[in-house]
Amino acid sequence: MRLEYFEMIDTVASFDAQARTLVARCEVPLDSPVFEGHFPGHPLVPGVLLTETMAQASGYLVLALTEFAHMPFLMAVDKARFRTFVPPGAALEVSAGLDMMGSGYAATKASITCEGKPVCDAQLRFKTMPFPPGMETGMRARARQIGLLPETAR
Amino acid sequence: MSSTFETVAGIIAETCDIPREQITPESHAINDLGIDSLAFLDIAFAIDKAFGIKLPLEQWTQEVNEGKAPAEEYFVLKNLVARIDGLVAAKSA
Repeated sequence: MRLEYFEMIDTVASFDAQARTLVARCEVPLDSPVFEGHFPGHPLVPGVLLTETMAQASGYLVLALTEFAHMPFLMAVDKARFRTFVPPGAALEVSAGLDMMGSGYAATKASITCEGKPVCDAQLRFKTMPFPPGMETGMRARARQIGLLPETAR
Repeated sequence: MSSTFETVAGIIAETCDIPREQITPESHAINDLGIDSLAFLDIAFAIDKAFGIKLPLEQWTQEVNEGKAPAEEYFVLKNLVARIDGLVAAKSA
């Protein structure tokens, strides 16, 4: 994870098109400017960044399922619950499952665990729309980096 | 009033925090109720889930934007309800 760059997903561990699920892994860095403010003397990953992590895993799931036909943009977070603190150095597993794929939107359920213990969960919705100009190349490059797309993919 | 309309009106009231009594079959979702496109996606999600259908929202929006259909055809609630009933009937046919 590079928190300050919003690169939350380190690797995609699995993607199952039939089950419409994706599992990703992330390692919280030991140091980050984020921890200077959250909180001084007691560093914890902010809930908003855990939400972003669930959103990114869900987003990559939608991208993979639609074969990068549309870009998902986060539009709603429902029933978010943060169940335990996440300190620097924690190894996280993020799971995302597709709930519904509608016309112009996608709905997912996502959760994060640390060493098997629940960290957080939420129901997320995304507006899906054609990639804005210049965006698709970067998203595909990042998808290759995290192992969602093969290195040889465009 | 049809049960479809009652369900849709309830969804709109809850999703957009609009008093239920303001929502009538003649209401235009955008012009009368002030629902924006993002809020309408929330409504579409709830409608899809409630009726087990998939509103072809992208197609409707494209038709309206290209001038092929007036917005009223899809976004006045009595017309929306008729289309939902049509999709439900097609699903069970």
